[in-house]
Amino acid sequence: MFKMFKNLKKKEIIYFLISVVFIVLQVFLDLKIPDYMQEITRLVQTEGSEISAVLKEGVYMLLCAFGSLIGAVITGFCASFIGTSFEKNLRSKIFRKVESFGMEEIKDFSTSSLITRSTNDVTQVKMFIVLAIQMLIKAPIMATVAISKIANKGLEFSIITAIGVGVVLTMIILLVILVLPKFKIVQSLTDDINRITRENLTGIRVVRAYNAEEYQQGKFERTNDTLTKTHLFTQRTMAIMSPVMSTIMAALSLAIYWVGAILINEAAIPDKMTIFGNMVTFSSYAVQVIMSFIMLVLLFVIYPRASVSAKRINEVLDRIPRMKDGELEEDITDLKGEVEFKSVSFKYPDAEEYILKDISFKAKKGETVAFIGSTGSGKSTLINLIPRFYDATEGEILVDGVDVKKMKREFLNNKLGYISQKAIMFKGTIENNITMGKSLKGKPSKEDIDNSIEVSQAQEFINSLEQKLNTEVAQGGTNLSGGQKQRISIARAIARNPEIYIFDDSFSALDYKTDFALRKALKKYTKDATILIVAQRIGTIKDADKIIVLDEGKCVGMGTHKELLKNCKVYKEIANSQLSKEELEHA
Amino acid sequence: MHNHGPNRNLNAKAKDFSGSIKKLFKYNKSYLAFMLIGWISAFLSVILTLLGPDKLKEITNTITEGLMTGIDLDRIKTIGLTLVIFYSLSFIFNYIEGLVMSTVTNKFSKKLRTEISSKINRLPLSYFDKTTIGDILSRVTNDVDTIGHTMNESFSTLVVAITMFTGSLFMMIKTSPILALTAVLSTVLGFGLMMIILKNSQKYFTKVQEELGNINGTIEEVYSGHNVIKAYNASSEVEQKFDEINEKLYENGRKSQFYSGLMQPIMGFIGNFGYVMVCIVGSILTMKGLTSFGVIVAFMIYIRLFTQPLTQFAQALTQLQSTAAASERVFEFLEEKEQVVEVEKKFLDKDKAKGTVEFKNVEFGYTEDKKIIKNFSAKIKPGEKVAIVGPTGAGKTTIVNLLMKFYEINSGDILIDGVSIHDLTRENIHDLFVMVLQDTWLFEGTIKENIRYNDLTISDDEIEESCRIIGLDHFIKTLPNGYDTVLGDTDTLSSGQKQLLTIARSMVDDSPFLILDEATSSVDTRTEIVVQEAMDKLTKGRTSFIIAHRLSTIKNADLILVVKDGNIIEQGNHKDLLKKNGFYAELYNSQFQNATTE
Repeated sequence: MFKMFKNLKKKEIIYFLISVVFIVLQVFLDLKIPDYMQEITRLVQTEGSEISAVLKEGVYMLLCAFGSLIGAVITGFCASFIGTSFEKNLRSKIFRKVESFGMEEIKDFSTSSLITRSTNDVTQVKMFIVLAIQMLIKAPIMATVAISKIANKGLEFSIITAIGVGVVLTMIILLVILVLPKFKIVQSLTDDINRITRENLTGIRVVRAYNAEEYQQGKFERTNDTLTKTHLFTQRTMAIMSPVMSTIMAALSLAIYWVGAILINEAAIPDKMTIFGNMVTFSSYAVQVIMSFIMLVLLFVIYPRASVSAKRINEVLDRIPRMKDGELEEDITDLKGEVEFKSVSFKYPDAEEYILKDISFKAKKGETVAFIGSTGSGKSTLINLIPRFYDATEGEILVDGVDVKKMKREFLNNKLGYISQKAIMFKGTIENNITMGKSLKGKPSKEDIDNSIEVSQAQEFINSLEQKLNTEVAQGGTNLSGGQKQRISIARAIARNPEIYIFDDSFSALDYKTDFALRKALKKYTKDATILIVAQRIGTIKDADKIIVLDEGKCVGMGTHKELLKNCKVYKEIANSQLSKEELEHA
Repeated sequence: MHNHGPNRNLNAKAKDFSGSIKKLFKYNKSYLAFMLIGWISAFLSVILTLLGPDKLKEITNTITEGLMTGIDLDRIKTIGLTLVIFYSLSFIFNYIEGLVMSTVTNKFSKKLRTEISSKINRLPLSYFDKTTIGDILSRVTNDVDTIGHTMNESFSTLVVAITMFTGSLFMMIKTSPILALTAVLSTVLGFGLMMIILKNSQKYFTKVQEELGNINGTIEEVYSGHNVIKAYNASSEVEQKFDEINEKLYENGRKSQFYSGLMQPIMGFIGNFGYVMVCIVGSILTMKGLTSFGVIVAFMIYIRLFTQPLTQFAQALTQLQSTAAASERVFEFLEEKEQVVEVEKKFLDKDKAKGTVEFKNVEFGYTEDKKIIKNFSAKIKPGEKVAIVGPTGAGKTTIVNLLMKFYEINSGDILIDGVSIHDLTRENIHDLFVMVLQDTWLFEGTIKENIRYNDLTISDDEIEESCRIIGLDHFIKTLPNGYDTVLGDTDTLSSGQKQLLTIARSMVDDSPFLILDEATSSVDTRTEIVVQEAMDKLTKGRTSFIIAHRLSTIKNADLILVVKDGNIIEQGNHKDLLKKNGFYAELYNSQFQNATTE
């Protein structure tokens, strides 16, 4: 948690210091007010006092109160600045850190966890910091000033106050010990409730088709029950807090007066007045002392939650991405659009099994190379190594004759047009989605965009939209169909005019006709570009210049469709499963 | 989505404030008696607190009177003991109130959660077409939480505040109307100021909620699209977008926090201001002999008791606003129109079903103005394997949805074994059919639980047998916990394996009709053949409906229905349709064409 404070900037620290000054002022004025009150009370009670005297004391008191108000306003201003500015910077820091991560780090944390860390956890830490700034300073100052006012004014009164403080503190500590662990349980039960409801909603058709409504409800009720019981325990326990506190405060005044009366009665005449004075002072300041202790302790109550959040944030900020960026920023060979794998093997960092083993091939300028194999054969992993989503464990990957690890990623990416399996859309217009990012020649021109949507077979549906290219895409592209999203994401790659296209099973969302038309148009549009395709359908890849057949991470066949049909068993099996004998012979 | 935290709706405004609160009470009827007990306790506790200062004043007076002459300790003892009783009673009432209110609100929250959850299963599927999952989820957790939190506090606070406010006002007017006026006027001044601030700050609060939603959305989007952003060198672009929203959030956040922080100090100042005004006006009155000192002394206490509840009012009102907004959302959901309650007119026994299905001029549209299915007729004989093919959006899945009675058809009829689906209950129909969907659905639980699902009569052997048939048994056994492996967030299974699991689930369910809606789309074609062989064995003698993108999957179907724009445009088996050289043939041949050859 305390590491978090390092994230405070200079301006925030200045504001912090200013607020310290004003908090001191505020506390000082606040504690001055009872003095004036007493004076006014005395004047009003004394017969024959002048109105002007009351007025004078009243004005002083109001000035004090007003000064305290100003102090509070300034402190509030500083605190809101520090809190929100800190939040802003911290969030931006995490965001940029995550942007610098490779797939390895993202996978380690999991996307959903990173999202919570950047949103909820930041809010938690901020709330704590805002409270801490105000209370951590205010409480000790208030306690010190109040204690100094009542110091040496009667041992008996001090003991009574100490007992009051003791009772309140013991109670809060007991509650914390009893209740705090339950809060964590409540959190996980709430997650469960969420999960079960989400499951019911995502599987609503399955639930109904299986007549499983009661089964789902039963599951929900069990968690609902535990959650309610835990809630009841914590809240019923916490319910003791407010009555104890108000009773202690009231009892404290009573005790001070009661004991005071006895003390005054027993004291010698000259001491009576002093004791009376002390008693009055004590009764107004003892409450302040208790209040400041309560403030401090409450801070510790909310501390654990914020501390967990801070820890989670620090985990992100402290993580150093394993992948280092290369340095090369310009071509050093004359090659264009050439991809070569030199005995590449790959396994996930902590895994034992290799996903890819000893893969070698070469794709030359203008060639189409396709990868096929059953689920889990490693074909997607293979092409994900080219844009360096992961680095090869062994071997080398060369793009235009240069090891990808030596190239600056921005430079490397400018050569590539990558299209993921699942089309990813961003909030904004369709045009924004197509032109996003930086390419070799900056933003694509209007002509590039038009060409790209024509080639990707997206023109027809975009033109049918009222706003055409300016149509707003909802977050996650929920207002578009799967096929539409995929066509836009393909247009996004085409508009960059890359040397090398990488299609990671991007055609599965398209029907055969569109798939066919798109590939035909693409081939015509980009004669020189190298195309790498991962696919499930034989139809998508059978006209490729080179087909690489993968099975359990190994290359078990390489050649054209015809060659492979003759000499590759796995390929034949895949083909047989999709085409009939006649079709195979016909081809 | 789920990551907006519990404060999400704290500043939301209800459209119909009083209506929502009224409904809240109506729903809360069974707990009303308990709530009343809670409020009465709160009321009594406040009354006792109001009496406290008065008694304390008596002690001071007794001490002052006997300061030099000797204090009447007996009197102090009597007053002290009275106060001890007052405080103890106040403590007890206060605690009772806390216990009762937390019990009531928790039971009530539980009831709301239960009702929302069971409501989900009673709503027609069409409802879910227009709502997002995140929205419903936030009602189950966020909104119910908000109601739980705020209802507990706001109502009790309101009771306390009203009692304190009216109590002290009554005492003041009774004691001295002029001073009462002074007190009220000076407080109203401050209260007005506070209201202005509150009103002004409201817009920043709404803005903060808005921007918070935006920034969370952006973060979610960027993190999930990490790959694409990297590959397209779009990092600086998204960072800029993020910074813009972050800056806006900061500006509004700072202002809203500043304004809300002003409340407490301002109320403190108003308290002091009123105090001084009462003293000044009081002394003038005393000078003119219009009032006595005792009155002023009493007023000094009353003015404190009078201003204190004002802050509480403001707090309770904002809280009540959020309660109203949250309950409005919850009730809106609970009041959604449910599926028509059915009376069982006829019943088809699962074990005696023959297996004919007939579509008779079926018409249907998800919305009134757009028909998806137009005049659809087809007759399926027992045991037939029927394939439905056609381009995306042709209405393939819709046909299945209608068959399952997920939606009510607009006109026409569907007959199952000669019985109209209007005469059958949904439960009966679902019992006759087993269905596997494209979107694999697994829940957090063991593999075994996922396959068995709600039919607890299925034995472990049956589960393993079905997994063996589809070739999943070996893989499951290599997992550390075998069939007891818990499926959670982590990717233990590939999407193909997940799909196989849902197929296994359907295989153990013994039903006469089978529906496969793109059930093998994530499975590679070689595995698909294995599954298909198993399925063929399984579907022998059963009527089955198959929707598939891959035409290889459905080549051996007895009947292929080619659907386009909601109509059957061709029907027959694979060979007939190819001979016809129509739409099907075109669709089928497109997968073999070469892109390079024209």
